Amino acid sequence: MTAVGQTTRAPEPVPLRIGGVRAGPGRTVVLRRDRWWMQPAATAAGLLAFVAYSTWAAFRNGNYYAGGVGRDYLSPFYSPCLTHNCHGYVWGPITGSWWEVSPALLILIFPLGFRLTCYYYRKAYYRSFWLAPPTCGIADAGSTNPGGPRARYTGETRFPLVLQNLHRYFFYVAVLFAGILTWDAIAAFRFADGVGVAVGTLVLTVNAVLIWAYTLGCHACRHLCGGNQRALSQAPVRRWFWRNVSGRLNPHHQLFAWLSLFWIGFTDFYIWLVATGTVHDPRIF
Amino acid sequence: MTPHADTPTTGGTGAPPTVTLAIWRGDAGGGAFRDYTVRAIEGEVVLDVVHRIQAELAGDLAVRWNCKAGKCGSCSAEVNGKPRLMCMTRMSTLDTTAPITISPMRAFPVMRDLVTDVSYNFAVARRIPPFAPGPPTGDGTYRMAQFDVDRAQEFHKCIECFLCQNVCHVIRDHEENKPRYAGPRFFVRVASLEMHPLDTLDRRQLLRTELGLGLCNITKCCTEVCPEHIHITDNAIIPLKERVVDAAYDPVAWLGRKILRRARPTPAAEAAASSPAQQHNEVIVTDPPAVSGD
Repeated sequence: MTAVGQTTRAPEPVPLRIGGVRAGPGRTVVLRRDRWWMQPAATAAGLLAFVAYSTWAAFRNGNYYAGGVGRDYLSPFYSPCLTHNCHGYVWGPITGSWWEVSPALLILIFPLGFRLTCYYYRKAYYRSFWLAPPTCGIADAGSTNPGGPRARYTGETRFPLVLQNLHRYFFYVAVLFAGILTWDAIAAFRFADGVGVAVGTLVLTVNAVLIWAYTLGCHACRHLCGGNQRALSQAPVRRWFWRNVSGRLNPHHQLFAWLSLFWIGFTDFYIWLVATGTVHDPRIF
Repeated sequence: MTPHADTPTTGGTGAPPTVTLAIWRGDAGGGAFRDYTVRAIEGEVVLDVVHRIQAELAGDLAVRWNCKAGKCGSCSAEVNGKPRLMCMTRMSTLDTTAPITISPMRAFPVMRDLVTDVSYNFAVARRIPPFAPGPPTGDGTYRMAQFDVDRAQEFHKCIECFLCQNVCHVIRDHEENKPRYAGPRFFVRVASLEMHPLDTLDRRQLLRTELGLGLCNITKCCTEVCPEHIHITDNAIIPLKERVVDAAYDPVAWLGRKILRRARPTPAAEAAASSPAQQHNEVIVTDPPAVSGD
């Protein structure tokens, strides 16, 4: 019988040829006939809309806690409760009335970092904003301008993009934030007359569920659960986690990324409407 | 009846339906798209029509093909600018009201007409340290759990059509990256080895340095064009990126290894230092990179 080692000899290297003439028209000529620009354009529009809304919400610095109208709702943009504007919430604040800067500016750094380094969002903004490439088979923006600043492509090998490798650290913080938002959802069941459910309770609960679905479906989570193992069969607990993250959550990571992004904005907006008295939050029971 | 976009053009009342393909004809000296109009037959794939053009109108048309069943990976080309296998692209899915463009893969130098020189890929393949199992068990056999076999099985479906290599903008649009970038097909190959329960080598530093994993910006085009539907980005490239983070970018993982004194698999570069596969490939620049239409 032939031993396995005998069948796996290292191959001899051969010269690697580069250069040569490419076929087809020039780089800037687009042969694709479908509406290839739709996806990057829609992605850019969606992300820009969220950036616009969240900028307004982050600088608003008020009406993010609905305690004034008898609801224990705290906007996810301002959670955990740090300043006197959410005085009366189930926890916090940790600063006095002297603090004037919007706490959202401090809080949002962490979810922003998590999403900026997320493998899905990287694909989304590399395509939509970097145009590297805008879509498959279309020349990337750097290559169409040979003398330009992006003529030489270095990917994620240099600063600042090499920092994308810190995604797992943002994941650790994101788990903490998902826990805080879960607590906020639980607090939303608390009313002056006891436990109950209103529309805002459901909004905050859905928000927590979507955040968990997005966070736990993250590729870094998948790796840490067991993806880093060569033989998962020898680690049954990690295999269980890896199978569930890989099979149930990670394949829908893009979907959860968008749903959670939209819903967190909607949650903030709804709480603003309730806090300002624009909307009377209907009590279900 | 309202004309449907997929219906071949009839060219007039009662005339048999026809279809026009604009096929790139030429070689390293230059070339252009040339229109060929032939009769349309229901149920055909693009390769069928190319073959009929070859038989009836252009006997000297060069096209590489073999199985006509999507398993040999030979007939890779770009149909209306999209990298695809010609034998797996049904004519009924294309708009035949305008000429359908067929061009060779853009990432590789053209030899003639639709045939390109894909030898770059074979040179890269030889840079990857092969499967290196540890010693067998006491009875002289190797055993693997089915779960571990299943995990890497997806990677073994690769037919080496090199469509993923072709669509990857890292080399498609930046020829200068070729000496320091392996490309999606070979990240799949490394993933199949790194996730093999019997393999003992550690290729992570090799991935970071010579194979250029950091150049990939995970735009998932390789996954989109794969005719075998391998989840190249999610199941091979991203897990490899995370493993490279373990080895090179994660200070906590580094500290953990130091404290726990965990034995690491043999780094590929050390294990096979004397192996020819670990030596740098000689790089030959045949011509200044150029595009015939530029």
